[in-house]
Amino acid sequence: MSLVDVREAITQAHHEQWARVVASLTRRFGDLDIAEEAAAEAFATAVQRWPADGVPPNPGAWLTTTANRKAIDRIRRENKRDDKQKEAQMLYDHDPPEPLGAIDDERLRLIFTCCHPALALETRVALTLRMVGGLTVSEIARAFLVQETAMGQRITRAKAKIKAARIPYRVPSAEDLPARVSGVLAVLFLVFNEGYLATGPDTDPIRHDLTADAIRLTRLIRALMPDDGEVAGLLALMLLIEARRTARVSASGELVALDEQDRGAWDAAMIAEGHRLVRERLAAGVAPGRYQILAAINAVHTSARDVRDTDWSQVVALYDQLVRLDPSPIVALNRAIAVAELDGPEVALAAIDRLEDKLAGYHAYHATRADLLRRLGRSQKARAAYDQAIERAGNTAETAYLKRRRDQLG
Amino acid sequence: MQYLVSVIDDTAGLATPDEMAAINAFNDRLKTEGHWVFAGGLAAPSSATVIDNRGEEAMFTDGPFLESKEYLAGFWIMDAADLDVALKLAAEGSKACNRKIEVRPFL
Repeated sequence: MSLVDVREAITQAHHEQWARVVASLTRRFGDLDIAEEAAAEAFATAVQRWPADGVPPNPGAWLTTTANRKAIDRIRRENKRDDKQKEAQMLYDHDPPEPLGAIDDERLRLIFTCCHPALALETRVALTLRMVGGLTVSEIARAFLVQETAMGQRITRAKAKIKAARIPYRVPSAEDLPARVSGVLAVLFLVFNEGYLATGPDTDPIRHDLTADAIRLTRLIRALMPDDGEVAGLLALMLLIEARRTARVSASGELVALDEQDRGAWDAAMIAEGHRLVRERLAAGVAPGRYQILAAINAVHTSARDVRDTDWSQVVALYDQLVRLDPSPIVALNRAIAVAELDGPEVALAAIDRLEDKLAGYHAYHATRADLLRRLGRSQKARAAYDQAIERAGNTAETAYLKRRRDQLG
Repeated sequence: MQYLVSVIDDTAGLATPDEMAAINAFNDRLKTEGHWVFAGGLAAPSSATVIDNRGEEAMFTDGPFLESKEYLAGFWIMDAADLDVALKLAAEGSKACNRKIEVRPFL
């Protein structure tokens, strides 16, 4: 086996086994900190040994055994073995072993613990990326443009809180499950969105690493909870957006709007998978949640070979459905964009102007207004709206797009 | 596992009779279900005295150690298996006394 193959095997094992190793050690030792450190050491050992010894026949078992040994070494070193084990039992082993169902996977316990509502949202994101996603602290710090030490402290504090406040390591009860699952999905969608439209001026406009991590983790949750409609919906939504990635930024680093994208550059396999998931949810006959509706909207867009073939009445109907679930001004704004295609920019502009109070600080509000005013030939007002949008947009590719549009006004 | 469940207030008023009745009902439930350890309401922060006897002699200062708009108006000490249980109880407690609540674990 070549070195390249070994390196690939390690990367693959990291993607497939990291969360499993951390979860199983957390279960055994009742301590996220020990689990995380031992998992990291086990992978570091693999990097050292596999090139010489070869990749073991069962990498997951090798990694779990090695990590277990590392954890026990650390506990012995700290000479607190009895205390720790007692504590572990006290904290985590009071449940009788549960029957193995679709939902009973240790990684799910890990995910729900990392996304516990008693932790701040940014902490949940960081902890999920570290413990479940296997990203290093410095990778997470870079992703969210904070200092590595600050990110390290955030994660350390979170682990300390989980332990001190006894945040349970378990899958929530059926009664709490829907709310907790939607909390997990919110974390994953946030990671995805930061990758899809990065906010910082000093970062790439699209962070493929983040969108890929979000999709990978959503796939994991989908495998663990295959019957959950919103999980399927979120995965479909991410795939249908990610499929357009290469068409979304031009060679000169400018964002390309949906109507100007080269649809031939879209990823057909991702679109097919997204469409399959959307069809599966439609066939389920259960009232869809917001991610499923958003996925359906993106399915309509990705079904049109040419922007002129887009079924806008279907898009507006789906937004109507979404407004009933989520009457937020941002949903109303996106609905108006579709209305412009169906009923004309004048109607859409009237709807958008009603949102000014709530969205005056949001760049997309001004960008949408600017576009509608441009289409109505009101150049002066359009220019002012572009200026407002440019001032508030954080994404470099989006700023470049808005500037070109503004400068093209007659 | 014990949790300190603090009642945070920013009004000068004491609990109304309706709030008192709801608190009593909630306390009864805590006792029946085995979560009760202790609870009490506190007099106004202005009635507090701060004592510092780290030096030569004890110093007494009139008033609370921290002047703030929000203050501790009362508390429960609850027994709960884990934070999920404590948070559920605290959410009901917040409803009963009609105030914000902070949950903090004992060491």
